[in-house]
Amino acid sequence: MSIRHGLLALLEHGPRYGSQLRTEFESRTGATWPLNVGQVYTTLGRLERDGLVGQSGEDGAGHALYAITDAGRAELRTWFEKPVDRTSPARDELAIKLAMAVGAPGVDIRAVIQSQRRHTVKAMQDYTRLKAQALAALEDTASRERDDVAWLLVLEQLIFQTEAEARWLDHCESRLIRLSATAVAPAPSDTASASAAVEPGHGPGAPHAPGAGAGGGGEAGGSGGRRGARAGGRGR
Amino acid sequence: MTTPLAAQPVLRLQNLTRVHGSGATEVHALRGIDLDVHPGELVAVMGPSGSGKSTLLTIAGGLDAPTSGQVIVEGTDITTAGLKELAALRRRSIGYVFQDYNLIPALTAAENVSLPRELDGMSARKARVEALAALEEMGLGHLADRFPDEMSGGQQQRVAIARALVGDRRLVLADEPTGALDSETGESVLALLRSRCDAGAAGVLVTHEPRFAAWADRVVFLRDGAIVDQTVRSEADSLLTGRVADA
Ligand SMILES: Nc1ncnc2c1ncn2[C@@H]1O[C@H](COP(=O)(O)OP(=O)(O)OP(=O)(O)O)[C@@H](O)[C@H]1O
Ligand SMILES: [Mg+2]
Repeated sequence: MSIRHGLLALLEHGPRYGSQLRTEFESRTGATWPLNVGQVYTTLGRLERDGLVGQSGEDGAGHALYAITDAGRAELRTWFEKPVDRTSPARDELAIKLAMAVGAPGVDIRAVIQSQRRHTVKAMQDYTRLKAQALAALEDTASRERDDVAWLLVLEQLIFQTEAEARWLDHCESRLIRLSATAVAPAPSDTASASAAVEPGHGPGAPHAPGAGAGGGGEAGGSGGRRGARAGGRGR
Repeated sequence: MTTPLAAQPVLRLQNLTRVHGSGATEVHALRGIDLDVHPGELVAVMGPSGSGKSTLLTIAGGLDAPTSGQVIVEGTDITTAGLKELAALRRRSIGYVFQDYNLIPALTAAENVSLPRELDGMSARKARVEALAALEEMGLGHLADRFPDEMSGGQQQRVAIARALVGDRRLVLADEPTGALDSETGESVLALLRSRCDAGAAGVLVTHEPRFAAWADRVVFLRDGAIVDQTVRSEADSLLTGRVADA
């Protein structure tokens, strides 16, 4: 996520000091991507070096104020106009994990999928509850606060993103069931060929009841320690 | 659970099994389901096609009988209840949204919604007023006097939902209630279901859509007729904290 451009966008509303920028950034995005003041000042330093912001005196309380420059405004326009690049996808730990789980000895890939699904759906439940609260708050206040609207958009982005992941997991599971009827051939370099089948114990053409891996559910509860890894992992 | 729940569940399924057919064509649609749904709770049931979701719901609603096990609604075991008692329970306490709407073609939208109330002894006038309010809540007030075949799929679905929610139903069972709805309308249906549960009803929602299931307090995963996993919702306060910031 671009802190640089986020800060420029806030500075376009007028000069700000560091911790003020941090507070405003977080109230826009509901603290989904928390910033520390150090990051804000480091980023301001770089923006200043690049001529996109300049120091502009102090406020009454002695805070050093920063203001956007014309070059900064131009940079901001370009940022809004240009689509965010999706052609060089950020590394995704889950995709890598599932890719590695295919044929990994002693790994029940469907258990991996189910434990992720539980975690992902639970995250969606949490986001959805926050969204319901945000919607209620927006209905309550006649004057729609800009920050509340921004926060709702961010939450819905998180919901759609986790939804895509949950759907993809469902798809992976049915894909694997389909494919397990015809065993996956081991890669040429793989000497431990016996363990390479998607579902150990099912030979080629073995009869396979739909959803036969019901045991793949794994233990209930204990939703894993990866909270936050998804939403926070979109760095750029 | 996050909210304190009353001691007695509105719906209790105990060791429920359902076998369709026999011999070579035998299908074990449900294999030992245990599920409690408490007042105020919305439970979503997810699972692949054929995993037994509709079977579970029809049995919970007293529309089909289990092969073994118990179905207890508001303290009454409906597998042993008399026909009359069961019918009354279904009219008064249970709201049911079918996967295929199941509206009566010869009745208007308003008549479809008010029928169960009239059968229950409510005056036609009062039942109509109530039905119009329920349709209004679904954004269908203007279609009250249309017949099902004069409405779109999504509109029929919303009439079916109004029918299930009208009156003070303690248990609302909904089988893919959002199937024919666009994303926005589906969402408003879920918000309504959610608010009914927040007001004290118990709800069971069958859905393929994770985004709609996410409105539930608990999501139950069904595979091959068995519950293989479930989630609970955490405290919102604990959410979105402790995330690692990345520059
Ligand atoms: N009347 C019936 N006779 C025989 N088998 C049946 C009958 N009703 C359902 N089944 C079988 O029981 C299993 C569970 O069916 P059910 O309708 O509960 O699935 P579902 O999870 O609701 O699926 P979907 O998502 O497609 O609606 C399936 O294998 C189905 O073929
Ligand atoms: Mg079904």
